[in-house]
Amino acid sequence: MTHQDTKSSISYEEVNEDILSIITRTGTGYYVLTACLAVMSVSLFFLPWIYQIYTGQGVTGLNSQVFWGVYLVNFVFWVGVAHAGTLISAMLYITHTPWRRAISRGAETITLFSLVMVPLFVFIHMGRPWNFYWTFPYPSQRELWTSFTSPLTFDVFAIGAYTTSSIIFLYLGLIPDLGVLSRNITGWRKKLYNTISIGWCGTDEQWHIHTRTSMFFSAFIMPLVVSVHSVVSWDFALSVVPGFSKTVFAPYFVTGALLSGFAAILLILSIMREVYPIMKRYITDYHYDRITLFVMILSLVWSYFTFLDIATDLYANTSEGIEHLKFKIAAPPYLQLFAFMIFSNAIMPLTYIFKKLRPSVFGRFVVPIFIIIGMWLERYLIIPNSLSRKFLPYIWRDYMPSWVEISITAGGFLGFTTLFMIYIKIFPIISIFDVKKDIGVPMKKRS
Amino acid sequence: MAGFIDRFLARYDIYRYPGYYKKFDYWWAMVIDLDRCTGCGACVTACQAENNTPVVGEDESGKGRVLNWIRIERYIEGEYPNVKVKFIPILCQQCDKAPCEVGCPVYATYHNQDGLNVQVYNRCVGTFTCATYCPYDVRRFNWFTYNKRDLLQGKGGRSTSFEPPLDQQLNPDLSVREMGVMEKCTFCIQRIRAAKDKAKDEKREVKDGEIYPACVQTCPTKAMTFGDLNDPNSMVSKLTGLTEKTDYLREDGSKIFKIAKNPRTYRLLEDINVFPKVFYLKRVMNDDSSRHKK
Repeated sequence: MTHQDTKSSISYEEVNEDILSIITRTGTGYYVLTACLAVMSVSLFFLPWIYQIYTGQGVTGLNSQVFWGVYLVNFVFWVGVAHAGTLISAMLYITHTPWRRAISRGAETITLFSLVMVPLFVFIHMGRPWNFYWTFPYPSQRELWTSFTSPLTFDVFAIGAYTTSSIIFLYLGLIPDLGVLSRNITGWRKKLYNTISIGWCGTDEQWHIHTRTSMFFSAFIMPLVVSVHSVVSWDFALSVVPGFSKTVFAPYFVTGALLSGFAAILLILSIMREVYPIMKRYITDYHYDRITLFVMILSLVWSYFTFLDIATDLYANTSEGIEHLKFKIAAPPYLQLFAFMIFSNAIMPLTYIFKKLRPSVFGRFVVPIFIIIGMWLERYLIIPNSLSRKFLPYIWRDYMPSWVEISITAGGFLGFTTLFMIYIKIFPIISIFDVKKDIGVPMKKRS
Repeated sequence: MAGFIDRFLARYDIYRYPGYYKKFDYWWAMVIDLDRCTGCGACVTACQAENNTPVVGEDESGKGRVLNWIRIERYIEGEYPNVKVKFIPILCQQCDKAPCEVGCPVYATYHNQDGLNVQVYNRCVGTFTCATYCPYDVRRFNWFTYNKRDLLQGKGGRSTSFEPPLDQQLNPDLSVREMGVMEKCTFCIQRIRAAKDKAKDEKREVKDGEIYPACVQTCPTKAMTFGDLNDPNSMVSKLTGLTEKTDYLREDGSKIFKIAKNPRTYRLLEDINVFPKVFYLKRVMNDDSSRHKK
């Protein structure tokens, strides 16, 4: 099926009805499931966290050698997942890529809720999270400021800028849709839409401003695609730890982030398509064809960087680098994990080379799940594992996450799902005005 | 403009490289003679008593969370009967270009005017960055509030770290840290402070040998020496051979990092260029392994 077929199969009038049906038609099962997920995420996420704040960081599996564990892994993972949204909304907007339109809103939403998880995991990993505001450069009478040499301070700015601009971008795209929603939906939501659509009525001038602002923000966000995860990678790369201190980290992390982000988009949209078959009309085989191709290319680049990461260690041939490599990829517990990571991130996406596999169940569900697990593992293999083998062998120690860390990690994933499920009942997951633009406004035929 | 940039760069260069701290009165350093070290562990105990570091209990020790600011690393080489055991006491190396200071986002760890790498407990938010960046793994974290936590965890009775009457032996010169705070060796900064105050009152410089950290004081074989590297006549300067400042940094700014005239002097992990201020004197073995390699 080509792109042209998609366009012609939907008529202009149907779009509103189709997309609004996702918001308006909610079964009892949906409420029950969302409530269950909400309860589970709160109990798995916040209760252990409260316990940890009350007792101390000692409830984790960290020790005097491995200070960064699963929390930091989750932090980097969620920053990574947040990446694809920006890429799709900004870079593909500027290049006028046609397959962007139907999936951009979904991608931006994934970005938003990943960015909810990011600061949470930063606060969770801190020893005294009640003092988190000390990391912000606020005017203080004690004349104490933040250290601008610290990569963590870079993080505060990079992620702060990214979160702010992502929210603005998402909201900007929502405004024309809110007009449609407020006309068609009654109840408490109508009031909400009326309030936050800030007087949108679709005049020419408003459209003009909207298009120009979108263009401006796309250009504004574009550097952030590269900068945010580069800065996150500098948390590690600016140290002297053998497994961290690599110049390849910034592009390596960015590529990995996009890979995991695209996998998340693939998986979530595929699940939504199964739940709401109406979405199959908008997100078609054509879209899968494009996204999976992109994933495959990213995976190839990622493989190259992984090779570089190992090759630099081998080439440098320092004793600490070799010890770290031995631990990471040559000894049993992590050898298997490493092999699994390579299998899921480098080999599984290669199956997309077959055109038939791209929109198949295998391509839509199995491969993205493998990539997501593989990318999480990649961060795990980098962060705690590098710290397990630093310089002095006397104090080498392994790390195993405790139940608190595992529970909070699971709670993070569930919390993300819950927020997403609530969101799609309030805001359209497919951009109505973008799709309409794709179809084209029906004109009176001239005789 | 160009002049300004040049001046800035020149200044920056001064700030960046060791030798900058020489403009201050003191430049504290420690020399550990491994030939004399017997690995008895007295320094570890003395440090614990001086600095109010808590005892963490059996479970926590097993998890590798022992809160000692100095540790004796023990390396066993060879196979029986040719077994060699080597000891090396490792404490915070007070690096001149410390990686931990770069990492801290809130200046909880910074370089003070004596060239020491100090830790401000009250400012620490516990991001673990300093400990992660530390190549020597000498930073220790308060995983719990140990003076309130039951260390036995229900295995017969209850015991906290500073249970009465043990709280009577706490050092009043420094605090007991709460959970979520990083801590490390300070070269017993409370003693340095006291000696400097006394010297100031008497309007003189601190004399060599006037200050000794707890580990130096307690070492039965006098393997450890503490002193001021700025003073060419101090014991540490003599032991390391660092009597001439030009060995460290030439006046014209070209850097020479060959530090010692004493062939036994070395610093730990010198190749990562963090410029530690703990100097080790190599242990001389009665075999070929200690022969000076040319």
